[in-house]
Amino acid sequence: MSETVLALADVAYRWPGRTGFSLTVPSLSVAKGESVLLLGESGSGKSTLLSLICGTILPDDGKVSIAGTDTTTLSGGARDKFRAEQIGVIFQQFNLLPFASVMDNILLPLRFAPARRNRVDNAAAEATALCAGLGLPLGAVNEKATSLSVGQQQRVAVARALIGHPPLIIADEPTSALDANSQAAFLDLLFAQTATHNTSLLMVSHDPRLSARFDRVIRMEDIATVERAAA
Amino acid sequence: MILRLASASLIARALTVGMTILAIALSVALFLGVEKIRTGAKASFADTISGTDLIVGARSGSVQLLLYSVFRIGNATNNVTWQSYQDIAARSDVDWIVPISLGDSHRQFRVMGTSQAFFEHYKYRQGRSLALENGAIMDDLFDTVIGADVAATLGYSIGDPIIVAHGLASFTEHKDQPFRVSGILEKTGTPVDRTVIVSMEAIEAIHVDWQSGAQVPGQSTPADVIRQMELTPKAITAALVGVESPLQTFALQRAINQYDEEPLLAILPGVALQELWGIVGIAETALLAVSFMVVVTALIGMMATIFSSLNERRREMAIFRAMGARPVTILSMLVLEAIVMAAVGAVLGMALLYVGLFVAQPILDSAFGLWIPIDAPSLHEFRVVLAVICAGAIVSLVPAFRAYRMSVADGMMVKT
Repeated sequence: MSETVLALADVAYRWPGRTGFSLTVPSLSVAKGESVLLLGESGSGKSTLLSLICGTILPDDGKVSIAGTDTTTLSGGARDKFRAEQIGVIFQQFNLLPFASVMDNILLPLRFAPARRNRVDNAAAEATALCAGLGLPLGAVNEKATSLSVGQQQRVAVARALIGHPPLIIADEPTSALDANSQAAFLDLLFAQTATHNTSLLMVSHDPRLSARFDRVIRMEDIATVERAAA
Repeated sequence: MILRLASASLIARALTVGMTILAIALSVALFLGVEKIRTGAKASFADTISGTDLIVGARSGSVQLLLYSVFRIGNATNNVTWQSYQDIAARSDVDWIVPISLGDSHRQFRVMGTSQAFFEHYKYRQGRSLALENGAIMDDLFDTVIGADVAATLGYSIGDPIIVAHGLASFTEHKDQPFRVSGILEKTGTPVDRTVIVSMEAIEAIHVDWQSGAQVPGQSTPADVIRQMELTPKAITAALVGVESPLQTFALQRAINQYDEEPLLAILPGVALQELWGIVGIAETALLAVSFMVVVTALIGMMATIFSSLNERRREMAIFRAMGARPVTILSMLVLEAIVMAAVGAVLGMALLYVGLFVAQPILDSAFGLWIPIDAPSLHEFRVVLAVICAGAIVSLVPAFRAYRMSVADGMMVKT
């Protein structure tokens, strides 16, 4: 069995102040270099699960291990730093700081992750190379983030997630704002990059049509139980 | 990098941020301006008289005596007889004495009768003496020396005739005895600039045909007859006194205050000025308090701006959080933003103040005789700027803490 990058065990989370709403994940793991698609309808607890993985919320029970470290044992600040070091995050849309340049957007996670920054010799050159690899026009790095098209912005978000080679990329429906053609092109680029760096990818979507391109597909309802009080 | 991002974020919201900065700048300029005018007015007043140990006048209030004798504000309630004046002048502890006789005017300016000694002993701004810009000190009975503002306002030059009016703002003129401008004084920034100076004898001379404040009908003594007359003054308005030794000041003051022949009052100019500040102090404090409240208002405005920006910036904060920023980083970025706004505002306010001073200086001087010096910013001003920046940081903690709680609750997921 290959190295595990992400492993959840007996995770249970109850929303504070909302009795009766809870999420339990008995087991979930992603191996190194593996690409996993997590399918789930909206309201299936996907966002909560991602927050648990990223460590912005803490489970009431269980373990969340990333690259061998149980993040539930870390303090809040340490978890934030750990996230910066180990995870590249891509959102659905509005990934970038609108007022900052593309370059600053890409370099932002390095600001909070010294070890990740040290893995990169020349951060600016790396950012430019990533942009080129993702098919962004030359010179785009110096543009303001908002001057790019939505598709280009999503690619910048990929570059930002990849810089400094974090072992895990979390993507939350990154293609939902794109049309079908752009979706395909975007995924081609994303997979090319994750393959090059042997990065694990956990992508969340509600769209089963993407399934074919992933190593493994998990359904939210198979791995997690969501309980809610009768409304 | 955080600093660069923070400033980029500010620039992206240039309009609201600019307005906030402008409000802070104006409030700081107002606050510092009030302070400038306050200290400037004080200094201007304090600079008006120096080197004079005592001012003697008829018994009234010390502030009143100071105001009418030196600042030409208000009027004397009574005069000092020539006899009393001579008694004081004859005392051994009196080094010099300058009589002052007020009560007449020329156009909007007051006429002051005095002796040649005035030019020698009247000192302003830490011991500076009066100097003539043009011409000479009055020599003839009907000569007059005018202050710089008088000359500038009325366009007089040496040799021009002047007709003195009886009383202040009066239409009764001493037409029979026209004066001639013999000298024009250099600008001093004191009430002397707005004074027409004549000799004591001249004051007597123009009142030869007058009794009880009115001209005797049909009587008009020709000027050459007047010249032959004995023109010893009967009374003076006040006198400036210098003592032989500073140690004698209080003894002389007591002696004059206890003078038997006539109720007199001797005051120390510095002490009377202090009394005056005591009276003006309340208004000063009120003015300062109001301008302080304006600064507070501007800072609260900034707080409101940051508050209202929080909602639209939730996404931005979520990105920061996803990238590994701690909630404390979010908090400190907002505080940093406030510090930048407050600092730019305060410095801009200081710049505005100086621009304002350059524009207002001549206006204040000509309209109020108030000379506000333009100096390099004082330590006090830097303290104010620093205080505004600190206050801005403290005030911003309120929205910043809310952002902190929001970013803890939202994490990286914003429900939009």
